[in-house]
Amino acid sequence: MINWFFHHRFYIARRMTQTLILLAYFGSNYFGWNTIVGNLSTALVFGTIPLSDPFSTLQMFFAGAVITVDIMMGVGVVVFFYSVIGGRFFCSWVCPINIVTETATWVRNILPFNTVDVCSPLPQSTRTWMIIISFVLSYIFSLAAYEMINPIGIAHRGIIFGFGMGWVLLLAIFLFDLFSQEYAWCGHICPVGKFNALLGKYSLIKVVHDKDKCVNSLECFKACPEVQILNMVGHKSATITGSSCLKCARCIEVCETGAFEFSVVGITKQLRDDK
Amino acid sequence: METPNTTKRRNFLLKVIHGVGYYAFGTVAWGVYLKQSQANSDVLRPPGALSEADFVKTCIRCGICVEVCPYDALKLSKITDHVSLGTPFYEPRKDPCQMCIDIPCASSCPTRALELKNLIRDDVLSINNAKMGLALINTQTCLAYLGLQCTLCFQACPLTGDAISLFKERNTRTDMHAFLKPVVHPDVCTGCGMREHACPTTYPSIFVKPLSSISGDIGSHYIVGWEKQDESRARESAGDSNMKKTPRNEKSALDNVNDVDGILEGLYD
Ligand code: SF4
Ligand code: SF4
Ligand code: SF4
Ligand code: SF4
Ligand code: SF4
Repeated sequence: MINWFFHHRFYIARRMTQTLILLAYFGSNYFGWNTIVGNLSTALVFGTIPLSDPFSTLQMFFAGAVITVDIMMGVGVVVFFYSVIGGRFFCSWVCPINIVTETATWVRNILPFNTVDVCSPLPQSTRTWMIIISFVLSYIFSLAAYEMINPIGIAHRGIIFGFGMGWVLLLAIFLFDLFSQEYAWCGHICPVGKFNALLGKYSLIKVVHDKDKCVNSLECFKACPEVQILNMVGHKSATITGSSCLKCARCIEVCETGAFEFSVVGITKQLRDDK
Repeated sequence: METPNTTKRRNFLLKVIHGVGYYAFGTVAWGVYLKQSQANSDVLRPPGALSEADFVKTCIRCGICVEVCPYDALKLSKITDHVSLGTPFYEPRKDPCQMCIDIPCASSCPTRALELKNLIRDDVLSINNAKMGLALINTQTCLAYLGLQCTLCFQACPLTGDAISLFKERNTRTDMHAFLKPVVHPDVCTGCGMREHACPTTYPSIFVKPLSSISGDIGSHYIVGWEKQDESRARESAGDSNMKKTPRNEKSALDNVNDVDGILEGLYD
């Protein structure tokens, strides 16, 4: 049992962070706390610190909206935060959809869906295209295009202000991730994760691999949602510089010999490890 | 000839074509949905909102206005509401806007989709300057127009007397009662919906519609001659008419009317 907790220590911490953040938003609306008013698109923390989602703001910009100083400051805070600690921290520690997709993956791994190797129709580049198409459609329709279908927004507003039929979309994503292909949504489609990843490409907090401790059990490959970034495992001690690392710490948890750990890594070392 | 190279090239091309198929389908479907989510002219927005088209692109859907509204009048639209997703609106029959004097909703909007400047008239910022919509009365179902004693809307209106007044008229059917008919004054009515909320008929007989969907527009070709400004507009525009000259209109209208010879000759037939 203790062992189970140890092997899920980050998992538990992440779920708790996600829940606490949701609770803070919910309570701010429902009980009128002054903790974090708004939602994931824009919020005000303790009535002073503005936060705004850079991806939605950029879409609004392409839609032709006037961006106010308040929003620009909010974007500034978030971009600073992402570029220092890492953009996809949002995915594994904040995003409510992450709870849905990780649960779907967990069920998927119990069921025998991953044992047969069938072709996966969605390439990972789809999420880059999603970013580009979002901007183009925002421009054409004068409307933040992705925000109109963004399940993160629908889920988050749903939890704070009431769901209506919004849960249907969450169910759809659950089924999509469960049945279609592994990490179908977060790993292939969601442009928010990709956009934040680009912002946090050279963030200071990174997972570092130590090849001397690695016994090639390949457990990390089974656990990591973005396996393509683990190309150094077993043959080179290096920083995991791939921008799509979620900092979910699954690799740290599953590795019996402790070949992974979180570390603060300077940009020069990251560039060197990149080669 | 089949070489490994041509197969590779062919596979690559096939991949591109597959991709084009997926993306074309996805983008068009998404675009159609966006077309549907654009400005909806039948929704009531909080005080100070920009025009509907600007509002849907400027509002970041943060819901701060909804959270600060002390009367919980505002809601953020869900996928089943026929309102651009995630934007704030109110439904007066359920929860009208109570016209808070400190306007918490518009003053806390971070994107200025709710613009306080829209609530300033003659240098005074006041919620009474809001133009969220306009109340209309169905005179066939309004109890007062039927001759009954009601006036609930008159009493509920926060700007009663200015935005709505009672018009007294003899009831010729009974010949001994009076009608007390409510009449809305469009220049003052803010569209808050307090009257729609108060109306006792099953479906409200007084209801608020957004201005964009009901505003009449007199257009430029009618002149309100008894108003100085409009009169001068007529004089200015007389010169730059680019209408084709015909025997009918080459002279001024006044001359034409007095041109008895021309009329007899059938010049104007
Ligand atoms: S990829 Fe997108 S949906 Fe998935 S966790 Fe990250 S932000 Fe959320
Ligand atoms: S490398 Fe580790 S922390 Fe990064 S995404 Fe993979 S499992 Fe998560
Ligand atoms: S004026 Fe007051 S009641 Fe009306 S929408 Fe704003 S906060 Fe709500
Ligand atoms: S506060 Fe402004 S930006 Fe936020 S939901 Fe309301 S109108 Fe939109
Ligand atoms: S409350 Fe309704 S029925 Fe009564 S006077 Fe007003 S519009 Fe007519």
